[in-house]
Amino acid sequence: MFKTVFPYLLTGISVGGQYALIAIGYTMVYGILRLINFAHGDVFMVAGIVMVYLNASGMPLWLSILLTLLITVIIGFAIERVAYKPLRSAPRMSIMISAIGVSYTLQNLVLYITGGLNQFYPKIPFISNTVSIFGVNTKMVTLVTPVLTAILVVALVQLINHTKIGMAMRAVSKDFETSQLMGIKINSVISTTFIIGSFLAAVGSMLYFTNYNTVIQTSGSMPGLKAFVAAVFGGIGSIPGAVIGAFIIGICENIIKGLDIILFKSGITKQNLGLATFSDAFTFALLIVILVVKPTGLFGEKTTDKV
Amino acid sequence: MTKINSRARKPIKWSTIISALIILLVYAAVFIAEQTLPATSMLFTVLKKGATYALVAVSMNLLNGFTGLFSLGQAGFMLIGAYSYAILTIPVADRINVYQYYNGGLVQFAMPVVPALIVAGLMAALFAFLIGLPVLRLKSDYLAIATLGFAEIVRAIFQWNKLGALTNGSNILREFPTFNDFNIRNAEGEVTLYLSTLVPFLIAGVCIALIVLLINSTYGRSLRAIKDDEIAAEAMGINLFHHKQLSFCISSFFAGIGGAMLAMYQSTIQAKAFTSAMTYEILLIVVIGGIGSVTGSCISSFLFVAASEWWLRFLDQKQMIGSFEVPLLRNGFRLVVFSVIIMIVVLFFRQGIMGTRELPDLFRRKKTLKQEVKA
Amino acid sequence: MKKILAILLVLMMVLPTVALADDMPVVKIGVFEPASGDNGAGGKQEMLGMQYANLETPTVVIGGTEYKVQLVYADNGSATDKAPSAASELVNQQVSVVLGSYGSGVSIAGSPIFEQAGIPAIGVTCTNPQVTLGNDHYFRICFLDPFQGTILANYAYNTLNVQVAYCLAELGNDYDVGLVHNFKQAFEALGGMVIDETFPTGTSDFTSYINNAIGYGAGVFFAPCSIAYTTLMIDQAAGLGVDFTLLGSDTWDNNKVLESTVGTNLNVMISTFYQEGGNKEFDEGFKAWLNSDAEALTNNGGNDIVAAMSAMGYDAYYVALEALKAAGTTDSKAVNAALWNVVYEGVSGKIAFLPETGDADRNEAYIKKANTENESWDFVAVATVD
Repeated sequence: MFKTVFPYLLTGISVGGQYALIAIGYTMVYGILRLINFAHGDVFMVAGIVMVYLNASGMPLWLSILLTLLITVIIGFAIERVAYKPLRSAPRMSIMISAIGVSYTLQNLVLYITGGLNQFYPKIPFISNTVSIFGVNTKMVTLVTPVLTAILVVALVQLINHTKIGMAMRAVSKDFETSQLMGIKINSVISTTFIIGSFLAAVGSMLYFTNYNTVIQTSGSMPGLKAFVAAVFGGIGSIPGAVIGAFIIGICENIIKGLDIILFKSGITKQNLGLATFSDAFTFALLIVILVVKPTGLFGEKTTDKV
Repeated sequence: MTKINSRARKPIKWSTIISALIILLVYAAVFIAEQTLPATSMLFTVLKKGATYALVAVSMNLLNGFTGLFSLGQAGFMLIGAYSYAILTIPVADRINVYQYYNGGLVQFAMPVVPALIVAGLMAALFAFLIGLPVLRLKSDYLAIATLGFAEIVRAIFQWNKLGALTNGSNILREFPTFNDFNIRNAEGEVTLYLSTLVPFLIAGVCIALIVLLINSTYGRSLRAIKDDEIAAEAMGINLFHHKQLSFCISSFFAGIGGAMLAMYQSTIQAKAFTSAMTYEILLIVVIGGIGSVTGSCISSFLFVAASEWWLRFLDQKQMIGSFEVPLLRNGFRLVVFSVIIMIVVLFFRQGIMGTRELPDLFRRKKTLKQEVKA
Repeated sequence: MKKILAILLVLMMVLPTVALADDMPVVKIGVFEPASGDNGAGGKQEMLGMQYANLETPTVVIGGTEYKVQLVYADNGSATDKAPSAASELVNQQVSVVLGSYGSGVSIAGSPIFEQAGIPAIGVTCTNPQVTLGNDHYFRICFLDPFQGTILANYAYNTLNVQVAYCLAELGNDYDVGLVHNFKQAFEALGGMVIDETFPTGTSDFTSYINNAIGYGAGVFFAPCSIAYTTLMIDQAAGLGVDFTLLGSDTWDNNKVLESTVGTNLNVMISTFYQEGGNKEFDEGFKAWLNSDAEALTNNGGNDIVAAMSAMGYDAYYVALEALKAAGTTDSKAVNAALWNVVYEGVSGKIAFLPETGDADRNEAYIKKANTENESWDFVAVATVD
């Protein structure tokens, strides 16, 4: 039984870690701006494309990794300045629509640049290597992802809890207007949030595309959507919540993909039910259930509407 | 009292009459264009798809613009409508070909178009009712994401192999009646009267008229009250959940019909196409037209479809002006330009084309201005 | 600011298309192919064949007048929902005949539009029987899936000695689903066992599916999917160190797929329409053109390997010219009628259309194996069905 389930668990943990890195970006932005940043998944995809092109230009790998991180951060920052900042006083729906517009623009831009052809992600040595654990072969990145995710999350939590900018972030997410009145530079706090989010998305993209080595303009939408679900699942605004949500979703979706064979091997079913069809849908079913049962997610704070 | 009433009423009447005339003219123009221009013209493709999207956009506007419910499930309801329509209307003789892996499928009868359209709407409304029970209690963004998730779930269910006898699994559905089947042909099969563009206009027109009637009824006013302030509306004795549920079901009913129309436009249908990207497209149409304006949604859907399918097509191919080759033009550039236009509209023309105004308002404003000057 | 922007927007909308002025009359051939989306790479290779043929033979004599042949492109985006409007665009441009598409689903989706306009279409590599079934306007020059499925099943069962096959198809892709269906029928008739699964569009994580195949003890992994997915499968299968054979169909005959097998120790076998070396003159000319045209080279995946798709696209173009010549007019209905009798000796073999369906009369397929060391396809066998 363990031998049957283990490979799926392994993949699930790896994917979960990558979702987690994207989910943090969603949850932080939502915590501060109350905005579902639909473009975040596409920033993740653009990070992949940037890496492909930088590597193709012939520069050393370490340099292209650094530049990818830098460029992604700049893109994230620029998106906020161009598309969200002018709408700060507008109704929340407009800014969300702007996010959808940005997502649309980024995808079409990448479609144009790549000519619609899928691009191969460069192989990063060490994490691309195949290793064997308990008789199951997998890529090194599967093992690296959860560790790296954990390190980054711990660092981020330290930053939020123990630095001045972290304190400002917490203040802004508690009460936007009051913190503005208290002299917090809202714009720089928001920019920092976007910078951190994009940075983590870029790291996530490196891990993700090392595992799944093709980048195309739509590569970011599904991981993005799932990461968002993870953020909602864990309680939007809560970083540990997003991480735990991401791991749960990553593991569940891979178990679903293997559920047929697991049921078959354990003798519960006699034929293939085609349950793998529901691997994506399950994520959303989980989302609806959690929203209905506990609308604030696993770790979310309860908010009340004031008249 | 009577004085004020008569003064307020007169301009409304005029503007309504002018608007009605304009709408009538549009229909007449469509009819005439169809008889005179070659049927292969891209204009008709745009008009057919535009009419379809107009209905879906208005149905979305009813939710987002008039009730203030931010739902992103439109593609899911369109899927239900499209599939219901297709499954019910494929001629029995063709079923063995269409349901090639399922021995001709489960359904062994075919319905006429109009009842099938209504069933398509009802199925979508039924699903909306069921999903609305839990999710309509959620607040704004959470509702949006829950309905988006719902659309994804619907897509997966319709693609499930085990339901193949009903839905043809994930495979394409085709051979059902399309808009072109409304053309009247003589015995030799030549078209004597073109109706393939007028029919979608009529279907969409009737549906949108029904939505407008609803918006202007007491129910519509309650919906607006909910949009402006839920708590105040509830305090005024409006049953929040009941009204939201009603608006959600009606919107889905028309989205279902819109889905069926999309099936008729495309002549084939596949669950795979009803992604969240489709919902986003419709949402953008609503925004460009103006959230809260039925007229705006209609105008912008025609503009949106024409720009994306027709006017900007030349950007996808190399163009020469004299001997100068215009740079940047290659496949995909159309979409880049198009998305930049959308971003400009979203950022700088936040009110959209119409804001919250309707067609009659355009004429009314001038009149009232004149009256003010007189006074 | 707002006003200027508004004016700019309006200008962009109404900017008229620049008309091409030329003395010679023009006959338009529509190219209904995916240039983007999951099948973009395949569609581009098919288009390369047509472009090369167009460069080689830019004019055609129809009814005593010399016409310039203009290829009109419409990108169907590999999606059945975009296909109808791309098809309408070609109809709007009043093409005489349409070539394409790569991918059966889009061909089926575009078909009614061509039918209503009375324009014939020549399928290049769309292998699903449904494309031509029950209509008079869709032809095709390639073999069909029941044939291809049987060939591959025979090969897997008899030559590779495999008892259990694992099949994977994309949900809602008529090509994948149809071919898996045909493979399954043939393989089970031989006495083998087939496990078939599907994945949702947009999936990039195939590890679990590959693990499923390992779990079931499959000897072949048959995944006739779009190129965007197959490259991912190959990479992930290599990462998992699988020992079964990866079996592919004609879609796998693509340079991107080949590139992804390099440096792995995978066993990748495919069935296809053409083997490089089949026609020296075409191969050499085509390679020379690719190497002289940077854009063409990029579209071919960055190298000059001749894919079967390009050879098929090349043949399709000449079949269209033959039909135009036979019709003696550019009228699409006459071309449609003339197509039934066209016989053409192409680089990929003899092309003639069967009465009733309009399918090509073909009963040969090439089996190739990916050479993972020097990035090329090794010829294995010519397969036929009795």
